[in-house]
Amino acid sequence: MGTDSPGHTPDEVVDCLGQRCPLPVIAAARRMPDLPVGAVLRVLADDPAAAVDIPAWCRIRGQEFLGASTVDGSPAYDIRRAR
Amino acid sequence: MNQPSAYFDAAAAAPLHPVARQAMLAALEDGWADPAKLYSQARRARQLLDAARAAAAEVLRVRPDELSFTTSGTAAAHAAVLGVLAGRRRVGNVLVHSAIEHSAVLHAARRHVEAGGVATSVPVDRVGRLDLDAWSAAVAAPGVALAALISASHEVGTLQPVAEAARACAAAGVPLYVDAAQSVGRVPVPEGWSVLSASAHKWGGPPGVGILVVRKGCRWESPYPADDREAGRSPGAPNLPAIVAAVAALRAAAAEADAEAARLAPLVERIRTTVPATVPDVEVVGDPVDRLPHLVTFSCLYVDGEALLHALDRRGFAVSSGSSCTSSTLRPSHVLEAMGVLTHGNIRISLHRDSTEAEVERFLAELPGIVADLRAEAGVVGL
Repeated sequence: MGTDSPGHTPDEVVDCLGQRCPLPVIAAARRMPDLPVGAVLRVLADDPAAAVDIPAWCRIRGQEFLGASTVDGSPAYDIRRAR
Repeated sequence: MNQPSAYFDAAAAAPLHPVARQAMLAALEDGWADPAKLYSQARRARQLLDAARAAAAEVLRVRPDELSFTTSGTAAAHAAVLGVLAGRRRVGNVLVHSAIEHSAVLHAARRHVEAGGVATSVPVDRVGRLDLDAWSAAVAAPGVALAALISASHEVGTLQPVAEAARACAAAGVPLYVDAAQSVGRVPVPEGWSVLSASAHKWGGPPGVGILVVRKGCRWESPYPADDREAGRSPGAPNLPAIVAAVAALRAAAAEADAEAARLAPLVERIRTTVPATVPDVEVVGDPVDRLPHLVTFSCLYVDGEALLHALDRRGFAVSSGSSCTSSTLRPSHVLEAMGVLTHGNIRISLHRDSTEAEVERFLAELPGIVADLRAEAGVVGL
């Protein structure tokens, strides 16, 4: 996970800090249908399982995982709605 | 709630084989003395220990003097890693291991690193198979003292390319340690290794017995304070009744292995194909073909692993999980992590000689409703 700022601006941010998996993945799945295709959703999640489960969810659901970064000291995962 | 219980966690501990129970009772009568002493009771104990060693060596096709009994599979794994690293420290201080080793091996690796050594982790692919190119490059690097590879993943069942990995090690002059805990007594372990460990309660022996094999020509130095038991490889008086029982179970399991594999593999295949067809949003993980015959793992999207484990337990199913919420560290399984597959809602089913088709059918019949109820409770239906 990089400590640099991510290279894109999210259209939406969901804060799942303090939540345990699968809650961050569920939050991403709930939010995604409201976004237009091409929009970027950022999930803030500090459960270590999110680092695996969010990219895995993107693969299963055909969404584009853009990468992980650190935002204000918290792990952040960016997803682009692909479909 | 008066369901018959179906125990599906043989990969943690298989039920005691009936011959192990008989052998242990006999050895408790006959083999309680210290086999190192010089009187008749001790000589009888020594005979039992020697016979057990010879029988285990025959099953593993090694020399008896290469085989030591340890106090657990974990102790054998620790001794394998730390003993070879100590014996070969003049060669170098690098340990190469796969990313999916058992935690016993990874904890030994951490000890090595804390003592100033180096550990290189080699990745696996999406089905949990070792990256052979990365492995070959890693073992050929300067200063490698030992390479460690699990024979088959204890979490997802994928058989590892042990023979190819061993060839890469041989070409680099590096001894290979194989943690064969999930294979011994069930499937053949390919040749080419220098050190092997196994664990009796995985094949139907009692807990508290491990096996460590160090082939002739492989340098091994005890990481423990000096003790001459078990060729200096496992300190303390051996638990002879448990060892005798473990070896009786090993012989029986090895003799039954082909028939059991032929019986259990279709049940595992049935789980692998039925669960994704009857439960929405399930990811079955591990290699579909090159796999252990008795073990299958899958993850249910949006389901809490701990809740699933408890729901299954209430219906009489004992299973294991690699989800973070079920671990004492609250971290997900490092094996699932290395594969890049879903870690939540994870279930591992591992069958054994008492597992029946009826138990598997009952599981397959009840799982869809159990998962649906959990998803309804969590409000995640249709996501």
